[in-house]
Amino acid sequence: MANQVTLTIDDLTVTVPEGTLVVDAARKAGIDIPVFCYHPKMEPVGMCRMCLVQVGRPMVDRATGQPVLDADGQPKIQFSPKLETSCTIPVSEGMVIRTNTPEVLRAHRDIIEFLLTSHPLDCPICDKGGECPLQDLTRAYGPGQSRFLLDDKMRLAKHVPLGELIYLDRERCILCARCIRFQDEIVDEPVLSFYHRGRSMQIVTYSDPPFDSYFSGNTTDICPVGALTTADFRFAARPWELKNNASICTQCPVGCNTTLNTRREVKSGGKWVVKRVMPRQNELVNEIWICDKGRFGYHYAESGERILSPHVRKEQGLVPVSWDEALDLVEQRLRQAGAGTVTLAGGRLANEDLFNLAQVTDHLGGRKLLHTQVGGGEYVQRYGLGKGSNLGELGKGDAILVIASDLQEEAPVWWLRVKRAADRGAALMVLNPRPTRLDPYARFIHHYRYGEELEALGRLAAGEGELAEAAEALRSAENLVIFYGSEGLGLAETTALAREAAGLLAGSGRAGKVNSGLIGVWQQNNTLGAYDMGFRPEADLAGALSGSGLAWIAAADPAGDHPALEAALKQAGFLVVQDLFMTRTAQMADVVLPAQAFTEREGTFTSGERRVQRFYPAVAAPPGPLADFSIAARVGLRVGIELEGASAATVMLRIAASVPAYAGLDYALISEVSEQWPIIGREDRYYGGTGYDNHQGLGVQLQPDAVTDPDGEVSIAMAAPAPLQVPEGAVYLAPVTRLYDQGLTLKPSMKIVGQRMARREVWLNPETAARLGFGAASLVTLEGEGWTASGVEIRVDEQLPPDVLLAPRSVGIPATGPEAVRLRPLVTEPEA
Amino acid sequence: MLVRGLLTTLKAFLTEKTVTVQYPEQKRMVRTRFRGRHVLRRYEDTGLERCIGCSLCEAACPADAIFVEASENSDEERYSPGERYASTYEINMLRCIFCGYCEDACPTEAIVLSDNYELSFHDRASAIYTKEMLLEPVPPGGKPTPQRTPPGVYTRAIPEMSDPTD
Repeated sequence: MANQVTLTIDDLTVTVPEGTLVVDAARKAGIDIPVFCYHPKMEPVGMCRMCLVQVGRPMVDRATGQPVLDADGQPKIQFSPKLETSCTIPVSEGMVIRTNTPEVLRAHRDIIEFLLTSHPLDCPICDKGGECPLQDLTRAYGPGQSRFLLDDKMRLAKHVPLGELIYLDRERCILCARCIRFQDEIVDEPVLSFYHRGRSMQIVTYSDPPFDSYFSGNTTDICPVGALTTADFRFAARPWELKNNASICTQCPVGCNTTLNTRREVKSGGKWVVKRVMPRQNELVNEIWICDKGRFGYHYAESGERILSPHVRKEQGLVPVSWDEALDLVEQRLRQAGAGTVTLAGGRLANEDLFNLAQVTDHLGGRKLLHTQVGGGEYVQRYGLGKGSNLGELGKGDAILVIASDLQEEAPVWWLRVKRAADRGAALMVLNPRPTRLDPYARFIHHYRYGEELEALGRLAAGEGELAEAAEALRSAENLVIFYGSEGLGLAETTALAREAAGLLAGSGRAGKVNSGLIGVWQQNNTLGAYDMGFRPEADLAGALSGSGLAWIAAADPAGDHPALEAALKQAGFLVVQDLFMTRTAQMADVVLPAQAFTEREGTFTSGERRVQRFYPAVAAPPGPLADFSIAARVGLRVGIELEGASAATVMLRIAASVPAYAGLDYALISEVSEQWPIIGREDRYYGGTGYDNHQGLGVQLQPDAVTDPDGEVSIAMAAPAPLQVPEGAVYLAPVTRLYDQGLTLKPSMKIVGQRMARREVWLNPETAARLGFGAASLVTLEGEGWTASGVEIRVDEQLPPDVLLAPRSVGIPATGPEAVRLRPLVTEPEA
Repeated sequence: MLVRGLLTTLKAFLTEKTVTVQYPEQKRMVRTRFRGRHVLRRYEDTGLERCIGCSLCEAACPADAIFVEASENSDEERYSPGERYASTYEINMLRCIFCGYCEDACPTEAIVLSDNYELSFHDRASAIYTKEMLLEPVPPGGKPTPQRTPPGVYTRAIPEMSDPTD
């Protein structure tokens, strides 16, 4: 612990750690020092001069080095002749700070008056109006009247797109550089900068495409004026009209805490709708940031294509029916199928849904399968992060290993947290077949050949060759966190990788330790919760589905994912689908049950760091759909098992009673909050931005099994993957994840992020492309095992390793793992 | 006693002027600061709407009687001179207490309380005045909204504002 320093701020004695800035010390003591350019997450620059205070230091006798005492025996304080910026001065012993003397107030008033000389004052239509630091501080400290002439105001461009997501209003900008510094210091994607100088200074973006960053939305939160606004929220509502509803982002397993801002509006037919997604502070998970996918990708929940009533297949196809009729049929067929029931759940479901589905399936004696392309959850349950871990605490002396993952594409906020840990001095090792955006921060980089991830990990463990130093860093590290992803890997390969990675952790005696553990970079947000509720992936999913008496599919679209699964579903005895949309699987179903979106109900998700977090209902559910746990409970009641179907909170009590890892959990515990630093989202928005503070729960991290049951073992009945043989004329296909994929939960947000969405294209090294006889931008048909994908564009990238073809997931190329594929020139025929 | 009272009445009947009027055939002039039904004004020269959909009237309203929803103008379809206009504007006259705070809050003098006090309804739904009912007629010389305007004319976020003159 750092030394403590005691100082006086406005007659209040404050004790803070050494090195704290005066502005932060005042904030901790509850004293307002207004700021514009300072932000507690970034280095101070002292540009805006708003935080000027009077600083006095104890006078020291130069001859003796002793403090000079006044008549009362108190140290004599010498005030500096000019005001100083409190955001750049660290505290020192005996310092005296005055924040409300006439000189200081005069300085505040003058700075505000000066800033407003060229501010357009279009507050009535500004999206920031109502939550604007400049507005708030003008009211609190401003002069009320300007002495400058209105006609001399600068007239600048009002609606400049910095990329298609963020708009810049040059007149409103006060040049505090918070956005530039966020991109430089925090994200290290320096795409914004100042251009020109003096009165002509302005913010510009240098990248192509413009403002090319997955974190761009955060700049609108920390912008102290309305200069940066999002395209999504433009003129959508005034901030004071919005209601705040706590939620958890559903786009990836990081589990960022969010606040959904909702409003009732005429445009949406008088319904409550989500107007924007804002970050909610959780220093243990996402701090105060969220990625653009989480911010702009929420539109699927209110898509007009939602299924609104149960459907049953009759002669004329799927027809809407009542819940009773649909459930009667499901009951009848479930009773017939009995133990032949196969329940296939996707990782988008909440823990409560998965628990109830599992209970019904177990009651019937059926199988509980998990639809995922990333396996190894059993190892994460056992060797996951120890309870009380925080990636934000990793730093010097710790090691982070990221293997087979393009972390920025797969889970941007984890990328940010890992990058920040590396900035603080953690030894970052990146093992990946190709360069990624994590490489610049890595102390050790090893690019292995696609398909050789286990060998690479083995070499690291053994400390062979160039990895000797990395192995030493790994051994000597106090804490070790291992991320494993699915770069070029499928279910069998990721499971094997998880086993090896878990072995590395356990072998070094770090199993269950706080701030150490294994993290799987899943493709869905609650895959780990599905593991916890007893769902397991199946290597031969097609076989399991085709042999089932009844296939019950919840929040998964196997038919849309792979033709082999589509064929298998045709052979299933009966097909029940519960989902938000008429997916390809739902179109084949005998019964379709409409489910509620995460915005319309409550529940919990278990994040990749094994943190159980609660989301709350934000908008009224449309009549028709029911929450997934409620559907399962109704089905359960009909087939003879009584489950909780009315409230998610009571389902959690049942989970706590029957799932050992969740023992003792309830919603009250998950909703507990503790004091967080920095202070965000209170009245003083000028300090931390417009993100929300957390009243609704920091979540509860689960204890890994290695602690609760030290003698247990992981046993998985999954065969090790066979090495892939690439025949003559074929090429090795490696599936990779892109952030903006064309998946079900992002496609309805096409209007906003469409330009950045992964297209139907594959990436090759130019030499490999030439060897195969294709140039850049040529259209081909891919032929894999049991599938073809036509109209795929070839793209070349010199950074890629040779003899491999990278195919983005969720763009209509059904490869689920590494595969040998053949390429044919595109023949114009209707796509199968 | 009775006679004295009747005499007073008779005196008044003969000497004093009538104070009642034959409403509704006859209507009395209201005072200049009378606060009656709201009107959404237009610019006299162009016919464009003054309202920019800022919702400040909604925020100022102590009775929560106003509902505003904004949309963006374009040169093809322009309602107001700035970037934004009110696509929905509703006042619930049953809730309104005619305090005039909305007038005070309005940055463009778009909403004013007029002389009209004849507000009676047969059902609650008809007490909600929509934007069409509140907007004043297009002034002579102006055009109805939405208008097609040449690019580059309306480039400001909000129209030029000055202190109220009356």
